[in-house]
Amino acid sequence: MAYCNRSKRLNSLFLLQWETLCPRWCLITSHKLYSSVYDPNEKTFEKILIANRGEIACRVIKTCKKMGIKTVAIHSDVDANAVHVKMADESVCVGPAPTSKSYLNMDAIMEVIRKTRAQAVHPGYGFLSENKEFAKRLASEGVTFIGPDTHAIQAMGDKIESKLLAKNAKVNTIPGFDGVVKDADEAVTIAREIGYPVMIKASAGGGGKGMRIAWDDEETREGFRFSSQEAASSFGDDRLLIEKFIDNPRHIEIQVLADKHGNALWLNERECSIQRRNQKVVEEAPSTFLDPETRRAMGEQAVALAKAVKYSSAGTVEFLVDSSKNFYFLEMNTRLQVEHPVTECITGLDLVQEMIRVAKGYPLRHKQADIPINGWAVECRVYAEDPYKSFGLPSIGKLSQYQEPLHLPSVRVDSGIQQGSDISIYYDPMISKLITYGSNRAEALIRMEEALDNYVIRGVAHNISLLREVIIHPRFVQGDISTKFLPEVYPDGFKGHKLTDLERRELLATAASLYMAEQLRSQRFLGTPRIPIAKSKRSSWELSVRLGDGIYPVAVSKDGSSFSRISRNASGETSIQFLGTVYKLQILTKVAAELSKYMPEKAAEDTSSILRSPMPGTVVAVSVKPGDMVSEGQEICVIEAMKMQNSMIAAKTGKVKAVHCKAGDTVGEGDLLVELE
Amino acid sequence: VGFGIKNFAIIYYCIALSKGHACLGKLTARERILLLLDPDSFDEYDMFVEHRCTDFGMDSSKNKYPGDSVVTGRGRINGRLAYVFSQNTVGLYYLLAIIDNDFTVFGGSLSGAHAQKICKIMDQAAMVGAPVIGLNDSGGARIQEGVESLAGYADIFLRNVLCSGVVPQISLIMGPCAGGAVYSPALTDFTFMVKDTSYLFITGPDVVKSVTNEDVTQEQLGGAKTHTAVSGVAHRAFENDIDALLNLREFFNYLPLSNRDPAPVCECHDPSDRLVPELDTIVPAESTKAYDMLDIIHSIVDEREFFEIMPTYARNIVVGFARMNGRTVGIVGNQPKVASGCLDINSSVKGARFVRFCDAFNIPLITFVDVPGFLPGTAQEYGGIIRHGAKLLFAFAEATVPKITVITRKAYGGAYDVMSSKHLRGDANYAWPTAEVAVMGAKGAVQIIFRGKEADAEEEYVDKFANPFPAAMRGFVDDIIQPSTTRMRICHDLDVLAGKSQSSPWKKHANIPL
Repeated sequence: MAYCNRSKRLNSLFLLQWETLCPRWCLITSHKLYSSVYDPNEKTFEKILIANRGEIACRVIKTCKKMGIKTVAIHSDVDANAVHVKMADESVCVGPAPTSKSYLNMDAIMEVIRKTRAQAVHPGYGFLSENKEFAKRLASEGVTFIGPDTHAIQAMGDKIESKLLAKNAKVNTIPGFDGVVKDADEAVTIAREIGYPVMIKASAGGGGKGMRIAWDDEETREGFRFSSQEAASSFGDDRLLIEKFIDNPRHIEIQVLADKHGNALWLNERECSIQRRNQKVVEEAPSTFLDPETRRAMGEQAVALAKAVKYSSAGTVEFLVDSSKNFYFLEMNTRLQVEHPVTECITGLDLVQEMIRVAKGYPLRHKQADIPINGWAVECRVYAEDPYKSFGLPSIGKLSQYQEPLHLPSVRVDSGIQQGSDISIYYDPMISKLITYGSNRAEALIRMEEALDNYVIRGVAHNISLLREVIIHPRFVQGDISTKFLPEVYPDGFKGHKLTDLERRELLATAASLYMAEQLRSQRFLGTPRIPIAKSKRSSWELSVRLGDGIYPVAVSKDGSSFSRISRNASGETSIQFLGTVYKLQILTKVAAELSKYMPEKAAEDTSSILRSPMPGTVVAVSVKPGDMVSEGQEICVIEAMKMQNSMIAAKTGKVKAVHCKAGDTVGEGDLLVELE
Repeated sequence: VGFGIKNFAIIYYCIALSKGHACLGKLTARERILLLLDPDSFDEYDMFVEHRCTDFGMDSSKNKYPGDSVVTGRGRINGRLAYVFSQNTVGLYYLLAIIDNDFTVFGGSLSGAHAQKICKIMDQAAMVGAPVIGLNDSGGARIQEGVESLAGYADIFLRNVLCSGVVPQISLIMGPCAGGAVYSPALTDFTFMVKDTSYLFITGPDVVKSVTNEDVTQEQLGGAKTHTAVSGVAHRAFENDIDALLNLREFFNYLPLSNRDPAPVCECHDPSDRLVPELDTIVPAESTKAYDMLDIIHSIVDEREFFEIMPTYARNIVVGFARMNGRTVGIVGNQPKVASGCLDINSSVKGARFVRFCDAFNIPLITFVDVPGFLPGTAQEYGGIIRHGAKLLFAFAEATVPKITVITRKAYGGAYDVMSSKHLRGDANYAWPTAEVAVMGAKGAVQIIFRGKEADAEEEYVDKFANPFPAAMRGFVDDIIQPSTTRMRICHDLDVLAGKSQSSPWKKHANIPL
C-alpha cells in the first residue's frame, strides 16, 4: 500500500511546543461545577479532621476552606508529601504505609483528634467511613462523625439486615437467601434453591470486593472460597450471603440527603452501569434509561428507606434495574460516594457542605421540589492500570509528567496527586475523577472526549484509552448499556482503538511529520560553527513506518487533532497517543527500512513455560512445588493486588521446574513466579 | 578505468544486497556508511589503493582489488563534518565472491595499505578538527603481510594517541575484533558495540582453552554484555547494526567537532526557566531510603533526553550527556539506588574518564552529589581504591570547564571533596535543603567522638551537621536552593560561565595516578 501524504501540518510542526513540559502548580485550581451558597454567618465547626487520603481528602478540604473551617490531614509515612497533606492546615502521621497500620489505625487517629482538638471527622469513602466502631469511639469522646449515626451504619452495613429493613420499608428487593452461608456445600444447596445464576457476596462488603458470580455448582464452590478470603482480608469478616443474580441489569443509584430532624430528599439518580469486575468505571447523571415516573418511584423508596433507619447525612441507595424498568434494592452506602460529583453538577449542591451542615445539626435548606436536573454530567475514573489486561490491572510508578485538562470548559478534575507523585501498591490506583458537564448528554460526552485527549499522564500505565473507547462507543452513546457492557463489547478483552483507514492515514502522517520535524531540528545548531554546517537541500523524504504488523511507505514533503507524542528514541521507535490509545510505531528512512530485513531476529522468550506476575502485588498462596505436575488451566498461585485476589493459572500442562515466590512475598509487574519444564 | 570501477562498485553493492546476508545479520561496509552519514554526503578517499604484498601468491591479480579491505572518507552527520572508516568482513567476502568465488581470504584483515588509508583520514581529521568514527569489523592482522601489518597497527595507535583530546574519536564495534585490532578502540574516547554480532578480545576462545584450559564462548569472553556490564571496555551496546548507527548519529550531535570548538548548542524548545515541582519531594525523608538519580536528571535536562554512557557498568555512578537550554553538558551523579551511591574502584574510574573527556572537549560538567563515602573492605583496598579513587579526584580537580555541583543529600567525608566540590574549583556549588555535608553519618561520628557513651549526642550531631548550613556558612556551597528551581539556576549559570577562562600551571602533561 503506497500513498502520498502531503502534510499540511509540517510547517507548524517545526515550531513544536513542549507544552507537556511546562511547569504547573495546581493544588486548588479545579473548576467548580456546583454553585452552593456558603453563608459566613452560619456557625459551623472550627476544625475538622479528614480521616482519609487522596482525592477525597482533597475534595473535603476544598469545601472546608470555603466554609472557613480549619482542616487536619492524617497520613501514612509514605504520604508525607501527598497533596492532601499540603492542602490541609495541619497534618499528622498516623503510621507506616499499610492501611491497617495507618488509615485504619483507630487508636492513632483518636490520638490525633485529641491532640489537634478537631471537633468533627469527615471519613471520606472507604477506610473508616462505614465503620460503626469508629463512629462509636468518636461519639464517646464528643467528636462529631460527619455521616449517619452508628445505628444506620450498622443496619445498612450488614447486607442481611439491610435487606430485611428494606423489605419492611416496602422497598423492592431481590429474591435470595436471607442468612449467613456456613460452607461451600451449603452455598451450593442454597444456590440450587434460588436457581442459577447466583451472586455470592461478603456480608460486610462493598465496592465489588468479595463478590463473585456463579453459574454452576463448581463456580459456586470456587466463588465461596475466593469471596470468603477476600472478605476476610478486606473487611476482617468472612460472612457471605447468596442471592439471585439479575441478568443484564443496570446499576442505577439514588443519592439521598437527610437531616437529624426527620427530613429527607432524593437528589436524582446516577447511572453506574459501566463496570469492570463489579467496580464502576464511567458514571453519569441523570440516566438515559429512567422516565420521570420510575425516577420518582425509586427516589421515594430510597427516601422511605432512609427515614426507616432514621438516616442523616448524605447516602446512596443502589438499585439494579432490569430491562423492563423493574428495580430491586441492592444496598445502601452510608457515606459520600466516589461518583458524587455528577450529582453535584446537575443539582448545584455541594454534598460535602450539606454533610457538614447536617452533622452540625442544621435542617436541610431545600425542599424536594427545589431539586433540579440541570444539564448532564459524566464522570470517568482515571486509574493507574493497564486496560489491556482484563480491563485494568494495577500499575505502579512515578507520575513523571502529569497535566489535568483544566484549561477546557466545563471540566472538573478531583485528584489527590501531582507531577512527581508515586502510585504505590499500598493504596487504590485511582489517579483522578474526570468530570465533564454539558447542557445535554451529547455536549457532556464531546467535552469528555476532548478532556481525555488533553489529559497528560506519563510514568504509569493508565486507562484513558479504555475510557475514551467506552464514551464514543455507539451502544454507550445510544444509552444501550448494562453492567455487562465491557465483557459484551470486548469479549476477547480490550485491545485499544481500532483504526479506520482514514484514521490510520492520519496517524501515519502525524508520526512521519513529527519524525521529520525532529530530524530537521537536529540539524539546527545555534552560533556560527568553525566548519560550516552542510544543510540538507532536500524538500521531500521517503520514509517507512511500521505500525503493528504493517509496514507503510510514507512520503513527507515540505510544502505541505488529537495526538501527543509519548516517547521516541534514536532507532525511530515512537509512541503516539492517538484517539486515546497509545500506538507504537517505528519510523525509518526508506534505506534503513530496506536494510532492516538483514538484521537478525531476536529470539522471543517462550512464555508458555514461565509464569510472570501480571501486576505488582503480594503473593497470598502458592499451590505448587518443584516437581509437581500441573495441567493447563490449573491454579498455580494467588496474587493479591489493591485488595483484589487474582488466580494465576498454568498456560500449559507440564512439570514445575522452579518456584520463585512464596506466600507473603511482594512481587513487581513482570517478576518471574514459576517456571515449568 | 574509472568507469569500470564505478560499475564494479555498483555490482558489488547490488550483489551484496541480493545475496542476502540475513544469515549473518550484518550490513556491508558501504551500507553502514550510507546509514551513518547524511544522504549524498559521503566523499570517499583512496578507492584505488591496493595492497602491496607479494608473498604467498598475494601479488596475483585475483588476490588484488581496489580499495583493499576498508572504506574511508568524510561525510556529514546532521550537517556536521565527520571522518569515517568502515572495515568489513562481510562485504569483502562478497567482493571476492564476484572476483573469483573465493570466500576464504582477507575478511577485513588489516594490511599495510588498509592501515595507511585509515591513517590518512585520521591525519586530516586532526588537522581540520573533526571527529573520527571507526566502524570496526576486522579479522585482525593480515598474516600474509607479517610485520607490515603490525607496523600498520602501530601507525594507527600512534594517531589514536595524538588525536586523543584533539578530536573526539568513536569506535563502533560491528563484528569480531581480536588481537591487535582491539587496542585502537581502547584508545578512542567511546567504544560502542552491537549485541550478538560483535566481539572484542585479545585472544579467542581456542587460545584461551589451550592456555588456561577455560571453556568459554565468544559471547562470554568478549560479547557486548561482557564488555558493557563486567569489564567496562565498551560504553554502550545496541540491538543491531541499524539501531547502533542511528544511535551514533544521535550521539554525535552532543559532541563538539574538536577541542577548538565550544560544546554545540541546539535549538531548544524546553524553557530554561521551567520549574520542576516534583523535585521538592523527590528526596525521601529517611536518609537511608533510596531514590533514582535518573529521575532527577531526566526532569532537569532539556526534553528529558539523556544519553547515558556505561548504563550497565558501575551503576552506582551515572554519567552521560544531556542538554541544558540547548547546550551539551556532561552529567555525573551518584546513584543512591545502587550500593547507596558509594564510590568504589569501578565507579571512580568510570566517572574519571567521563570527566576528562568533557574537560578535553569544553563540555560543562554538572554533578549531582548523594554519596555516603568510599566503599570500605579488603576487596576494595587490595584492588587499590586509593589509587583509583584518586583518578576521579584528579579529574575533577584538573577540569577547567564550567563546573556546577548540586548536593541533593549526603556529601560525606572524602567523597564530598571528590565530587566536584568548591575546593576543587567548582564554579557554582548548590545544596538542596535535604543536603548533609559532614565527615560521616551521625551514628558513626558519635561513636568516635563519645565512644558511644553519650545518648543525646547523635541528635546533637544531626542538628549540627546533617544539614547544609555549616557548609553554606563557610562559603563551601554558594547557596541553598529550592530543588524545583534547580534547572533554572543551572541554565542561568551556564549562560554566565560560557565566558569562563581558567588555566593551570604550564606542564608537559599532568601525571594522573593510572
